[in-house]
Amino acid sequence: MSIALEARGLTKEFKGFVAVNDVNLSVEQGTIHALIGPNGAGKTTCFNLLTKFLQPTRGTIIYDGRDITRMAPAGIARLGMVRSFQISAVFPDLSVLQNVRVALQRRRGDSYDFWRSEKNLRRFDDDARAHIDEVGLTEFVDHRAAELSYGRKRALEIAATLALDPQMLLLDEPMAGMAQEDIERISALILKIAKGRTILMVEHNLSVVANLSDRITVLARGEILAEGDYETVSKSHEVIEAYIGAADE
Amino acid sequence: MSIQQTDTPASSPIANDAGMSPLHKAIFLGLLAFLVVLPFMVYPVFAMKIMCFALFAAAFNLLLGFGGLLSFGHAAYFGGASYVAAHAAKVWGLTPELAVLSGAAAAAFLGLIIGSLSIRRQGIYFAMVTLAFAQMVYFVALQAEFTGGEDGIQSVPRGKLFGLISLEDNISLYFFVLALTFGGILFLYRVVHSPFGQVLKAIRENEPRAISLGYDVNRYKLIVFVLSATFAGLAGATKSQVFQLASLTDVHWAMSGEVVLMTLLGGMGTVFGPILGAAMIVTMQNYLATFGAWVTVIQGVIFVIGVLLFREGIIGVISRWLKRPL
Ligand SMILES: Nc1ncnc2c1ncn2[C@@H]1O[C@H](COP(=O)(O)OP(=O)(O)OP(=O)(O)O)[C@@H](O)[C@H]1O
Ligand SMILES: [Mg+2]
Repeated sequence: MSIALEARGLTKEFKGFVAVNDVNLSVEQGTIHALIGPNGAGKTTCFNLLTKFLQPTRGTIIYDGRDITRMAPAGIARLGMVRSFQISAVFPDLSVLQNVRVALQRRRGDSYDFWRSEKNLRRFDDDARAHIDEVGLTEFVDHRAAELSYGRKRALEIAATLALDPQMLLLDEPMAGMAQEDIERISALILKIAKGRTILMVEHNLSVVANLSDRITVLARGEILAEGDYETVSKSHEVIEAYIGAADE
Repeated sequence: MSIQQTDTPASSPIANDAGMSPLHKAIFLGLLAFLVVLPFMVYPVFAMKIMCFALFAAAFNLLLGFGGLLSFGHAAYFGGASYVAAHAAKVWGLTPELAVLSGAAAAAFLGLIIGSLSIRRQGIYFAMVTLAFAQMVYFVALQAEFTGGEDGIQSVPRGKLFGLISLEDNISLYFFVLALTFGGILFLYRVVHSPFGQVLKAIRENEPRAISLGYDVNRYKLIVFVLSATFAGLAGATKSQVFQLASLTDVHWAMSGEVVLMTLLGGMGTVFGPILGAAMIVTMQNYLATFGAWVTVIQGVIFVIGVLLFREGIIGVISRWLKRPL
């Protein structure tokens, strides 16, 4: 198996405070890899580093055999590695359809055409509707994204991300704040989209993690504590301690 | 919270991409009809002044209302273009349409340089950097040879349109100005309602998400900056042909402030707000001219009252009442 994404000695310091410390991470192609850890462990910061929303203090990031440490975040997305955000990220004032169309538009070009009518975007409608249908939002196609419930916003975000047809997805707590039915629905969706793709995801819900992931990396205080499958990781004393320690604070 | 069951009350669907809405089309047509008869009712030069400022404010609004960038140096493009157009008509002897185009092209070039040096700055820093560059343009206008220092460039000939139609007559000139400004405003409307405009809207709503979709947001910002500068330049260049003059007033920082005022008063991010704002401010300046230096103070008071009463600007408030974008 080849490595889709690799971080070597990844470190991020915020004014002396080390949020991510010498992290070495390898995500295998075609797997679902979970990144877990207590609050403030540095998971989101890791995502920000891997997708270059933050510049690492030290370390190297390799995606698909290419050193992306110096690349711009938008360029990384265009290489096929797309991230989601911990807080649902939609374009609130655009309709559900427009939210997905904006993603399609980027991939198919003509995003710079300022002299054309927006009617030209209608040719993306069928594709956009298919992606919206896939996440079960068909009846909301013409609604403003802001009016959707939290679970639906997350679903919309996934639809837009899938419209980019990314090779690799980084999902930051895709199920946070969701009810059980939503969690099941999104879990099924993640399993479905994982076919032929690589997924790195942060998730607090351990049953979700147990169900979905092939491999788990545990992060605490910016450092890797343990790595392996669910069995191995859940038995590690250090992991249990880190979680309990965090709960005590 | 569930994806399948309805937990939010069924909300109203929104229009997606109807092209120009019937309401906007009706307003534009009504406005055009009004402008066609206007020069026979009021002094044409006054009407032309309003149209130039309406285009200036609409161009500024593209950047502020749709690009989310507050420039405090738009006088540089407005005034810079008016100098270039005046020089082109007077010294190079270009026909009016070419003189105006030269002015707009100069503004585009200036916008490209200043824009690429400032769009990476955020918020107040962006405003300060654009102001600093505009002050440099002002300094050049004051010191350079061809700009005529304190006097500016005076008695610019009106010339012949395409070398054929004399624009000496105010009415002929009026229709030339109407075509340029109205056409300019329609073009800016198209930019907002284009595939590019859609991306711009997405960037304004959630920039990190737009980046994560793979958009180079700085390039979009730069393009919108250059477009805004170009049309601000078109407005300034046209004004120099109307008044046969390019002067320091047009590049002064107060002019940068005035366009902010027009746009906010009318309603930033609306289609018709900047036009109304420009018409109101220019009319006010015209009627209050007898008060001399007090104009600025009165203008300031009206602005403060306007912003306190109508936070979203006049058109913004009307638009909210009617529940329709205007
Ligand atoms: N821009 C920043 N400046 C300073 N400190 C930061 C910054 N971003 C994150 N941190 C700190 O880095 C640490 C790791 O934060 P991070 O958001 O990566 O945690 P996390 O593992 O995602 O936590 P959670 O589970 O709560 O989302 C925290 O202590 C946080 O306060
Ligand atoms: Mg986090």
